[in-house]
Amino acid sequence: MTDLRVVGGDLLPPANGKRNLLSISDLSQADVERLLATARSFAHSQERDNKKLPTLRGKLILNVFYESSTRTSSSFELAAKRLSADTMTLKAVGSSVDKGESLKDTALTLSAYDPDVIVIRHPEVGAAEYVARLTEARVVNAGDGKHQHPTQALLDLYTMREAFGRLDGLQVAIVGDSMHSRVARSLVQALRLVGADAILVGPPALLPEGLAPTSYDIAAIGDADVVYVLRMQRERMLEGANFVPSLREYTAQWGITPERVREGQRVMHPGPMNRGVEIDARVADSDAALIVDQVRCGLIVRMAVLYDLLTTGPVAVETTVEVA
Amino acid sequence: MLAGRIGTENIVVRGARVLDPVGGVDTTLDVRIDNGVIAQLGENLDTNEHRVIEAAGLTLAPAFIDPHVHLRTPGREDEETIESGTAAAAAGGYCAILAVPNTDPVIDDADVLRGLRARAEDEACIPVGFLAAITKGQDGAELTEMAALAAAGAAGFTDDGRPVASAGVMRRALQYNAVTGRMIAVHCEEASLTRGGQAHAGVVAAELGLGGWPSLGESLMVARDLDLAGETQQAVHLMHLSARESVDHLRRAQSSGTQATAEATPHHLCLTEEAIRTLDANMKMNPPLRSEDDRAALIDALRDGTIAAIATDHAPHSPEEKDVPFEAAPFGVTGLETSFASLYTYLIEPGVLSLETVLARMSAGPAAIFGLDRPRIAVGAPANLTLIDPEASWRVKADRFHSRSQNSWLLGKRLRSRIRLTIAAGKVVHEL
Repeated sequence: MTDLRVVGGDLLPPANGKRNLLSISDLSQADVERLLATARSFAHSQERDNKKLPTLRGKLILNVFYESSTRTSSSFELAAKRLSADTMTLKAVGSSVDKGESLKDTALTLSAYDPDVIVIRHPEVGAAEYVARLTEARVVNAGDGKHQHPTQALLDLYTMREAFGRLDGLQVAIVGDSMHSRVARSLVQALRLVGADAILVGPPALLPEGLAPTSYDIAAIGDADVVYVLRMQRERMLEGANFVPSLREYTAQWGITPERVREGQRVMHPGPMNRGVEIDARVADSDAALIVDQVRCGLIVRMAVLYDLLTTGPVAVETTVEVA
Repeated sequence: MLAGRIGTENIVVRGARVLDPVGGVDTTLDVRIDNGVIAQLGENLDTNEHRVIEAAGLTLAPAFIDPHVHLRTPGREDEETIESGTAAAAAGGYCAILAVPNTDPVIDDADVLRGLRARAEDEACIPVGFLAAITKGQDGAELTEMAALAAAGAAGFTDDGRPVASAGVMRRALQYNAVTGRMIAVHCEEASLTRGGQAHAGVVAAELGLGGWPSLGESLMVARDLDLAGETQQAVHLMHLSARESVDHLRRAQSSGTQATAEATPHHLCLTEEAIRTLDANMKMNPPLRSEDDRAALIDALRDGTIAAIATDHAPHSPEEKDVPFEAAPFGVTGLETSFASLYTYLIEPGVLSLETVLARMSAGPAAIFGLDRPRIAVGAPANLTLIDPEASWRVKADRFHSRSQNSWLLGKRLRSRIRLTIAAGKVVHEL
């Protein structure tokens, strides 16, 4: 009964070595560089007449979306098709999820098709990690609650590098509701990995502490190369939540108007936009905006992510935490 | 106040280190138990017809009392029953537990309480006390018939899980409780500050995008209840403290004469918010795991006696509830079967707390708070004993629990020390 003396050092059963993309925090700078370089190589393929590559022929990629999505789901689907993989997109509405099927059973059911990759979006923090533990497939987190949206951050990096020719030393002001934003969380981590700086600007109650420097003064965007505008989620305005007194007040204090954008600054937005709330239409449609570029880059970055997971070295190793 | 059968076993435990820190005993001795009562301590005792337990190299200590257990009965017997919960407690070295009343129905009525106690007499593996609700239905509005409940055997009162929001109602409860002489135990949470809270409002929650459950959500209510206890000159017991600010309030109140006691859980003593980075739902509890500084404050308070009890807040949940993404999971973890070993592994062996302190806080501490007889190793005392193997090493596995639930924060971990034998009220209730 007195076997080896081990205290606190050993943890849950070891990960099966399967590679996933669950969080930017799982990536190293080298991983990011490799993914961006892969994306660049795919960019050339997308300028050809025949945009389809045979790379992932015979692979099965399932997109499982428990939350509405236009950009992310369409771009993952198209990315898979451009790489010749079989793909299927499942939305919570109109599936067994409607009938109360648990995430566990849905994941196990879909795993029975032996997919190579499951791309999942879910309203709850930890959903992608959870599915990754259940399935043999590689898992890509396409957004889990307010936690992470790693492919958005990667496509944002790619877009910035295209626009500025560099990432190192870039200043990015993230404006709006960072507190409830998985985009902000992923982007802050990604920017740190590549040597860029982030500042979070917005109403005090919507600025999380400890992620990056914060300011509630919109003038703080003045030094930024990129003004990254977050969507103001109308549901945060409900039920006397009192994060800000009103949308009108938000727009007056933090809305990105032409007057607030300095010459040479570029403006980004992960979409969908509330024109006239967090961003003035004149800014959204100006030459300073990189918003359409983000969507275009999203396709090739997601092609790179799928390719990377199914071919080359580790993208993510599962991490464990020490007790005490 | 406790319901359960009394044993009459005849046993000699031979050659153990007999350690009753509060009773001032620490020596290698034989212990003879006649008819369930400790009859003799000495060397080379006659064994007569007694069953002999060879215990050289093991430590015999007063068995533990857990003042905060969710038995889920009545209402969620799929998660725990009186039988399974008390068997789990026996395996963890406990000779008595107190069950909290947030069941379905809530224990807010003397007849319901009597029925439950009658069931415990038949089903319980170790004696159980039942805390009754402070307010009817735990709705925080109308006081229960506390005197009738006390007469029916309530071991104390609590609205654990649904704290009394109104200061006025809590003040009346404390005032009226003078009539019962029982303890009022409070789960301190200011709901307007913790709504949507999933994890300690700190950097880890910020990074993970989880709603914050701030320390202030606890400490503000701690301050309120301590002030109310002081003003009404009644005693109050603070359940599962988690934040440094709460400990500070408690220390101040105690030094100014307020009758206030508190408990801390093994998980708050051993873990910090870092543990939730894996998004494992078995790291999700209420109050949440907090910072290293908070953990240090709890340990200091436990050491100096400001916090006099260790309680597991054993909270069984079914796999359907807990085997989901972190954010969807309910709060709560089990703890009865791992409490001592976890504390031994993470605090005693590394030298953070002494074995004597942990034994005292798991036994004499909770007994004194709730007015129960202190388990002790002395001639004439009922045999409430636990036999600890400090050298053992074992892995926590889901299929080995006596509890009906497996939502342990220690699944897969290897722990040092193991409970080899538990004697509760003169009866052997667990042995390995």
